[in-house]
Amino acid sequence: MPTEVVQVQVPPAQLLEIPVVRIEARRRCLALDLSELWAYRDLVYFFVWRDIKVRYKQTVIGAAWAILQPVLTMLVFSLFFGKLAKIPSQGLPYPIFYYSALLPWMYFATAMQAATNVVVEQQRVITKIYFPRVVLPIASVMAGLLDFAISFAVLLVLMAGYHIVPTASAVLWLPFFTLLAVLTALGVGLWLSALNAIYRDVRYVVPFLVQFWMFASPVAYPSSLVPEKWRWLYGLNPMAGVIEGFRWALTGHGEPPSILLAASSLAVVLLVLSGLVYYHAVEGVIADVV
Amino acid sequence: MSEIAITAEGLGKRYRIGALAHQMTLGERLTHLMKAPARWLDPRSNGSSSGRHPEFWALRDVSFELRKGEVVGLIGRNGAGKSTLLKILSRVTQPTVGRAEIRGRVGSLLEVGTGFHPELTGRENTYLNGAILGMGKKEIDRKFDGIVAFAEVENFIDTPLKHYSTGMQMRLAFAVAAHMEPETLLVDEVLAVGDIAFQKKCLGKMGEVASGGRTIVFVSHQLNQIRRLCEKVIWLDHGKIFQSGPTPEVTGAYEASMSRRSAVLKGTQGAPDVRNGFVSWEIVEPRNEKSSLLTTLGRVRIKFVLQLDKPIADGHHGIALFNFERQLIWASATNHMELAPGIHEFYYDFPTLPVRPGLYSWEVSLFDGGRQVDLWSCVPEMTVATEIHQHPDDRWSGVLNLPCKTSVERGASHVEDVHI
Repeated sequence: MPTEVVQVQVPPAQLLEIPVVRIEARRRCLALDLSELWAYRDLVYFFVWRDIKVRYKQTVIGAAWAILQPVLTMLVFSLFFGKLAKIPSQGLPYPIFYYSALLPWMYFATAMQAATNVVVEQQRVITKIYFPRVVLPIASVMAGLLDFAISFAVLLVLMAGYHIVPTASAVLWLPFFTLLAVLTALGVGLWLSALNAIYRDVRYVVPFLVQFWMFASPVAYPSSLVPEKWRWLYGLNPMAGVIEGFRWALTGHGEPPSILLAASSLAVVLLVLSGLVYYHAVEGVIADVV
Repeated sequence: MSEIAITAEGLGKRYRIGALAHQMTLGERLTHLMKAPARWLDPRSNGSSSGRHPEFWALRDVSFELRKGEVVGLIGRNGAGKSTLLKILSRVTQPTVGRAEIRGRVGSLLEVGTGFHPELTGRENTYLNGAILGMGKKEIDRKFDGIVAFAEVENFIDTPLKHYSTGMQMRLAFAVAAHMEPETLLVDEVLAVGDIAFQKKCLGKMGEVASGGRTIVFVSHQLNQIRRLCEKVIWLDHGKIFQSGPTPEVTGAYEASMSRRSAVLKGTQGAPDVRNGFVSWEIVEPRNEKSSLLTTLGRVRIKFVLQLDKPIADGHHGIALFNFERQLIWASATNHMELAPGIHEFYYDFPTLPVRPGLYSWEVSLFDGGRQVDLWSCVPEMTVATEIHQHPDDRWSGVLNLPCKTSVERGASHVEDVHI
């Protein structure tokens, strides 16, 4: 019996447009699939948003912590390092000298620690669903920017109190230094979160690391104490460039940290790139080992 | 036929036993690192030498092709590799060997409510969970009302999730997942929890997704769910594909193997004397491509063929139907027959054979006076693949598969009568 056969033809153009997910034993070594990351940009946003929301929902005084921590530390530093130890402050009042360094430093320290822990904290999600894992440390370092902005507002008040006015050209550099701090936190976070997934020891190492790192950065002292010929080596610590840059841009005191900054920028680029490669290598097995 | 949606070629996943749980002590690790300083950076080493732990393959040499729009069930015992396969397909973990290709967007639902946070409200969690599942903000904006309506949590949408009941959380979580619109949906055993009405709704929604031309791979221990949803089943055993094919056959064989470890039911006992006994059986009505397959609940006519080389003076014939657990379902006997040598056909007409889907075995016997002429466990076994009229939860699925009408009427005495 003849039956009418209706054939639905899929136009070839449409066929070509269907994305194909390829699953293979080893993925290529390329560190970052930017188009994929872009496709998941909303997830970055929601992770940041969740981190901030949850943090403030569970605390009593909420955003006040963002102010209290740097202010109290600044007072302690001003008293002990400043008034008692008489550390040179490039002619700046101690509160400004310390606060302008603590601002990027505290951001870095918290963001980096958050990024280190994020893979272990989010293991439930990691073992249950796929998304580009690099979203996690990226969101972690970005979530810290709100606190950073709040304590930055405090700095402006402090500066107004001391009648310190930043120069316009220097202020333009601030976003760059901030970006440098974010990238440093990300680079370190990529390395440490990947290592933390495999070795839980990392979590005990990080507090020490933060302490040592602070003394290796010009937080409690100016980088001018470091001999000129070693300045470039010192600058390989990216936070040295960031902190000196902050002090200079905000207060106009001291020199624009040229050698220091060049070395720091180079170090950051290397740190982030190597971090991405290593994170990517671990990414493949993260759900199995975490 | 439609195009290929998923291709898997030789997928394998190796784990090291104990490597995941075992953390080396610092001393062990240090001595180990001294020997090979660069090894600690290798993510695969997990701080241990490769020879240290015995390996095992959670999945080995798994290849298959699924077409667009197919709904496929994955069954197998615990540890058979079902979840591992699903994790590989959803890219949560990488295969050790092999490759797979999936055309189109992949949505996976290995756990309901992944990333839910108790402190956040239902609304906030909907966005968060949706984003984790791969939806963009605009997409969630668009689907938000539908999700909330499906989950039936309209009144609590701005309440923190910690105040939700488990059922409400499940409903919201599934609602978000059900509103993804991937070409391929991978679902682990997530419907096991939740109330029956909602389970039905979810199954309905998944069916909708399937009829929309999407491919679904579905893991479940609930064979009723599998039968209801899937047209094809892959049975994994010890990490390999043991059997795959149409649902009734594979689920039937699987069910039988679950209770039959030994070959008791293989039909070996009482092997028919070819010249004197039963030689074959078939379902004559309704006709199917296979004469041992029953797919409708209506009239059934079954034929058993008996071959005799000697006359029987006082024939007693028995028939019995057993399910895969070797539980007697029905039996009958005909006594005092006189049978001449030659071929005899015994017909059994049933108005309906309302047994629940699965694998069944007929047994027929013939005695002459007190002497056994033949006792035959019929091969092949009967596969019942009728439409299911049963409780969706396997725990409540009984032996009978009966359609029924339920109504509630209010009597004069204001006592509610329930007619079933």
